[in-house]
Amino acid sequence: MIASVYDAVVIGGGLHGLSAALHLARGGARVTLLERSWLGRHASGASAAGVRTLGRDFAEVPLALEAMTMWHEISALVGDDCGFHAHGQVRVAENRAELQVLEQRHSALRSLGYDHEEIVDARELKRLLPHVAPHCIGAAVARDNGAADPHRTLRAFRRAAEAAGVTLRENCGVEAIERAGECWRLRTACGVFEAPNLVNAAGAWAGEVAALVGDRIPLGTKASMMIVTERMNPLVKPVVSSVGRPLSLKQTDQGTLLIGGGVQGRFDLKKEEATVDFAALSKAARTVSELFPVVRDVRIVRAWAGLEAKTVDLLPVIGLSPNAPGVAHAFGFSGHGFQLVPVVGAAIAELVLHGGTNRPIAAFDARRLMAKEAAA
Amino acid sequence: MSPGPDVIILGAGPAGMAAATRLRDCGVAVTLIDEQPALGGQIWRGIETSHNGPLENALGKDYRAGAGPAAVLRASGAELRLAAQVWQIEEGWRVFVKTGDAVGMVTAPILLLASGAQERPNPFPGWTLPGVVSVGGAQIMLKTSGQVPENPVWVAGSGPLPLLYMTQLLALGGRLAGYLDTAPRENFSKALPHFPAALTGWRDLYKGARWLWQLRRTGIPVISDVAEIEAKGNDRLETIAYRRRGGEWISMPAEVLLAHEGVVPGVHFTLALGCEHDWRDDQLCFAPRLDDWGETSREGLFVAGDGAGIGGAEAARLRGEITAIGIARRLGKSSESEAARLAKSPRRELARALATRPFLDALYRPRPEIFVPAAETVVCRCEEVTAKQILDAARLGGSGPNQVKAFTRAGMGPCQGRQCGYTVSHLLARQQDKSVGDVGFFHIRPPLKPVSLGDLAALHVEESAL
Repeated sequence: MIASVYDAVVIGGGLHGLSAALHLARGGARVTLLERSWLGRHASGASAAGVRTLGRDFAEVPLALEAMTMWHEISALVGDDCGFHAHGQVRVAENRAELQVLEQRHSALRSLGYDHEEIVDARELKRLLPHVAPHCIGAAVARDNGAADPHRTLRAFRRAAEAAGVTLRENCGVEAIERAGECWRLRTACGVFEAPNLVNAAGAWAGEVAALVGDRIPLGTKASMMIVTERMNPLVKPVVSSVGRPLSLKQTDQGTLLIGGGVQGRFDLKKEEATVDFAALSKAARTVSELFPVVRDVRIVRAWAGLEAKTVDLLPVIGLSPNAPGVAHAFGFSGHGFQLVPVVGAAIAELVLHGGTNRPIAAFDARRLMAKEAAA
Repeated sequence: MSPGPDVIILGAGPAGMAAATRLRDCGVAVTLIDEQPALGGQIWRGIETSHNGPLENALGKDYRAGAGPAAVLRASGAELRLAAQVWQIEEGWRVFVKTGDAVGMVTAPILLLASGAQERPNPFPGWTLPGVVSVGGAQIMLKTSGQVPENPVWVAGSGPLPLLYMTQLLALGGRLAGYLDTAPRENFSKALPHFPAALTGWRDLYKGARWLWQLRRTGIPVISDVAEIEAKGNDRLETIAYRRRGGEWISMPAEVLLAHEGVVPGVHFTLALGCEHDWRDDQLCFAPRLDDWGETSREGLFVAGDGAGIGGAEAARLRGEITAIGIARRLGKSSESEAARLAKSPRRELARALATRPFLDALYRPRPEIFVPAAETVVCRCEEVTAKQILDAARLGGSGPNQVKAFTRAGMGPCQGRQCGYTVSHLLARQQDKSVGDVGFFHIRPPLKPVSLGDLAALHVEESAL
């Protein structure tokens, strides 16, 4: 069979794959993207689409701050605002101890020279969130944060990637990868492809793809659940999270509430399925109805779970493979990758096209996880 | 905590009632759950509270036949959970139920879905206007409260249900403005070859003929071969317009329009649970793939009644019986050969009950127009998405129903796509020149019925109490 030859093949049609493909094509590469089912089928389509620097691991902060700047000009990148609104993100403290956690983090950030988070008192919190329960005493706030519309974001990245010349292939799962001279040869459900460069953005299945090129990277799986309700009167403008319990709450442009925050469903990686566990999901419902008592009678219309990879330190893997020439990894975002989409794609394109990047990605090297596996 | 039942049955219509009664006979612990406050399902709705009054007379003999089975079931020792809404089912057969303000969960190794059919989605311009109701919805009002619309009603549609409803309406003193019969005339010649086989079920055929004859006798206008209808009005229905096949549009004033284009199996539960389904071209619907005992592709999950394919009340009862025999066998209450022997007679009766089906399916095969509504017609009424928006979204690269859902929000509202799912699949099939079976249906996301955040929050307490 004759192989189609490209400069780079991106494996995985979620937002990170699309972003990498887009930046690669803009950088002059001939790119095809292979998606086993359809674009945005798993984590990207199931995302709460929070655009957040608030509360991020210090290692992610520099990259997240650059991404935030990109989000504020996202139209320049993909020709659409992706439904992004910078109504802020608020992390609520329900008691003294929680507020102290926020304050300590805040001074640590200050000492590192970051000023994107601020601490607000109960009064300002009430102004930001008029319906919040009165027992909440303060919060950390990042005012330039917000949320986007995941489906609109997918559509925008998809169109931009196509316009930049990327060939998108859906229903095209990778079956085998082998070395062919200076190239990688991929046997897939829709033919054979060859390219000197591969981008592994295969999300929950990225560990399997990494293994195909010889990288053993231990990964866990997340099946974070989301709830969407019927439409209701304006409740919140910022995205709300809590210090003490898993929660993320936002209100969409349509007026529906989107509730998540990491409560885990059940999953079956082989069947490519994630299913909702209502007994576990009831925790999220309890949290939100305790923080915002007015929502108790609002009806849940749908719930779902999205599949993605998580790492042991909950930081992503971003960087060139330590073993396989020309392979770049971008996965393991562990439940908070949406905001990083524009910047990680740019970093991956630099790695592939120039062999390196000035962006601060050292903390995300795959070797930190592989060493742990080797030691174990 | 008391041990759970052996079998949970959802739906207390003819299938669920027959299955529960039969399983009790075999000594199986059964919990029967239904949304309604009493036994009967749709066909026998309100049967337990009915008396021998004018309403029961108007509803007819088939309706009154439900009283006996209901009494037998009541005495059977089955646990009845009525006025209970099932809002979610999870593997291991955990059935989440809301009764009044209480939310809870029942578990059993075997689950029988006998939750019946739903009216086929029937979008036409103006179908969302106040004053436009489905015939099924109107019949529920009639059965629960003997209510008939005050003003003369127009009925537009095809199938046995409009005929039955009109007969019942007239018997209760309601007034008909006219009947727009939308069954294509050409159906008749296509149905004819099935007629000899259908004669086994001559009683059903006779019933239908009698309804039609009663209707004709009243002198009410009956307009046949209607291809398209439209409802118009500012805040509510004021005018209806129709066009006969090959004819001109004709308008007239109207206050109430009842529409109906047949029923389809309710497949939301089985789709959500990942059962295999087949496209049934004879009934233009999806139906779960079942074995001889009504078991789906998922072990321990059974389907009986119209949810298994439209067959009517008698077939539903018999499928309930057969499935119960199969479940008893699964539970070790009877041997393979004994089960086969017990099922012999109900299987024979089922064949007889289904004998008229091919004829009726062909005679009342829906007109093609309802599957490809005009561009501006609202298809998803929850999210107000038109046919054109759906086709545009599919053209922009999201070819399957789930991508169209993500792009347009069609199917994302509280009805979970029950009203628009088939239309979306048909529109895509037509656009892409595929069969509806290949296009498939929406991925059904839980919960199966809307449940409030407060209810879900309360579930936590319930579970820890278990």
